[in-house]
Amino acid sequence: MKRNSWQEYQKEIADDHYFYVRSCIRQNFFPGSEAAFLNILRNDLGRDVGEEARHTSCTGIGYHSDIVPLETIMTVVARQFAMMTEAGYEHFTSSCITSFGIYSEILETWKEFPETEERTREYLYKATGREFKKPKSLAHTSDIIFHHREQIGKQAVRPLVNVETGEPLKVVEHIGCHYAKLFPKSGIGGSEFPYVLAGMIESWGGEVVDYPERRHCCGFGFRNYLVQANRGYSIANSQKKLESMAPYKPDFIVANCPGCTMFLDKWQYAIAEMEGTTYGPDGQGIPVLSYEEMAGLVLGYDPWELGMQMHQVAVEPLLDKMGVRYDPAAKYLARNGKYIGQPEEAAVNLRCTSQPIIRKL
Amino acid sequence: MSKRVIVIGGGVAGMQTAATLAGLGIHPVIIEKGDRLGGKLLNWHKLFPTFTPAGEVLDTLRRQLKDVEIMTNTEVKRIEQSGVVLNDGRLLVSDAVVVCSGFDIFRAEIKEEYGYGIYDNVYTTVDIERMLNEGKVHTADGHIPERIAFLHCVGSRDEKVGQKHCSRVCCITGVKQAMELKELFPQSEIYNFYMDIRMFGPGYEEMYRQAQEEFNIHFIRGRISEASETIDKRVQIKAEDTLIGRPLKMTVDMLILIVGMKAGASNDRFAENRGIELYPSHFIRPRNQFVDNICSSAGNIFYAGTVTAPKNVGESLNEGVAAALRVSKYLED
Repeated sequence: MKRNSWQEYQKEIADDHYFYVRSCIRQNFFPGSEAAFLNILRNDLGRDVGEEARHTSCTGIGYHSDIVPLETIMTVVARQFAMMTEAGYEHFTSSCITSFGIYSEILETWKEFPETEERTREYLYKATGREFKKPKSLAHTSDIIFHHREQIGKQAVRPLVNVETGEPLKVVEHIGCHYAKLFPKSGIGGSEFPYVLAGMIESWGGEVVDYPERRHCCGFGFRNYLVQANRGYSIANSQKKLESMAPYKPDFIVANCPGCTMFLDKWQYAIAEMEGTTYGPDGQGIPVLSYEEMAGLVLGYDPWELGMQMHQVAVEPLLDKMGVRYDPAAKYLARNGKYIGQPEEAAVNLRCTSQPIIRKL
Repeated sequence: MSKRVIVIGGGVAGMQTAATLAGLGIHPVIIEKGDRLGGKLLNWHKLFPTFTPAGEVLDTLRRQLKDVEIMTNTEVKRIEQSGVVLNDGRLLVSDAVVVCSGFDIFRAEIKEEYGYGIYDNVYTTVDIERMLNEGKVHTADGHIPERIAFLHCVGSRDEKVGQKHCSRVCCITGVKQAMELKELFPQSEIYNFYMDIRMFGPGYEEMYRQAQEEFNIHFIRGRISEASETIDKRVQIKAEDTLIGRPLKMTVDMLILIVGMKAGASNDRFAENRGIELYPSHFIRPRNQFVDNICSSAGNIFYAGTVTAPKNVGESLNEGVAAALRVSKYLED
């Protein structure tokens, strides 16, 4: 694709010393991704990343569901910034796209309406005795991986290339709505042609697939899934995207939002069970990766260490294309060797769950 | 010795101003940044509402420029009371200056959601005029388009891109081009997506009706929200038909963006002269919109054409005559 515009949307991304805040839901759905981010940054790239165990949810899901008021979420965010300040960091990075949108929105609100910042400082001080400095830079963790993409490319063990054909892998990139649709200037490449994931794919040898419903929401939209009666809207959105991308025969999907990664993966299972429709080759699904998992595979990490056994759509067809060596028997073993259970056989993981568990449980 | 007047810009307004000045015995000098006179009309095919070839208008104007000094490939850096300073630093002394530097075409790339410059079959009205001139209107891979969509108001009445004004002539341009393409491809379906259709000129409204009644062009009241490329390089568009209140998605062979008029980039530079003021849109604000709409606050600087606001060719030509007469009166006084 001729992406001319992304170069006009650049943002300052710090090169080192990040204060990291986690997502509420990613550790359940893609438990290896956040650990992979830290390992890549600290061990592969030699960067300093600080964490604070007492940081909380940003309360973004509650905010978008109208149960957390603006003043409350501002104070919660101020507390996160206070922890960053106390830990001696200035560059704030968030693992979650919803949180990234929240931090962007609140910093912008404080800029436009300074009295709200003053009020928040007062609330925080009264409630906790804490004070804070605003971050010098705010980045989503996908921005940070993008920033280091060339270095990761140099250290690549397995580029995004089909080892049998030598062709670049075809990759659908999906950007969370709250990454750049709220503030186009806060995303690499803006909101229409975001480059944050495309840049990683291109740097690591893959080919980006553009398809008609590329910009469409994955269906995560808070009210779509929080209200059970609305979940049909959620799956309909994912289905629209999957129908649109399928003719391009993508090798995998990569997303930078916890919800998008989860829904594009898990709704494939639901659609297959409800309608018998699958979108990958040979009746299989299209694997859905987080960008940390993609970076981890490129750098030679073990797929089960990356937590890829937790995906609903089996990733083995992709691993085979990339030439990744993996132990099928170890797929459902925890790091301590304990069997963690495995999903029922389904269309999107057929031929991948039936591997015998060799090790003693 | 006759008085010397510098005319900045060699488009239709500048040519008309210079020709009229010469007829009044004044010595005009046209300074044109391009390599020939004619301005935007050089790349235009036919003019609404009469379908007159643009070249005919230019030929008529050129024939009147016998006694006019012309400097091409020359750009004015700033305007002073004594004349103009060129980009190379030279000062050209004159008794008066008429600013006819026109407008810029809105860059469709800025409306990223339509994918101009990214998707092969997204065009602007400027591209279509060029293709009509070359006699080669087809899709990027050389096919005859079966379905064509025009989108009105790209870069006009759009606060998001800092273009609050109406460019006026785009509506009729969209109607004209839709009719021209329908004549070229009678089997094709043509859709014009609009928020309002503004037919201000003589014969325009009649032409709009003719487009619907005789050319069967479909006008849909609703803006296109986004365009995407399909696997066969066609363009998928999403819109809302606001008259029936329904969202709409269709695939077209060509999407044509009807681009608006943007204030000329040189206006900001010219406004460094304290006698020249700008509107918030950055078009030049005349001393008075009614009785002095071709005059500046500086006595010897005058305006003609789209440097002050979007106008059609006829209006620009009339202002050229009016500005020349005002200059003549000023020089007599």
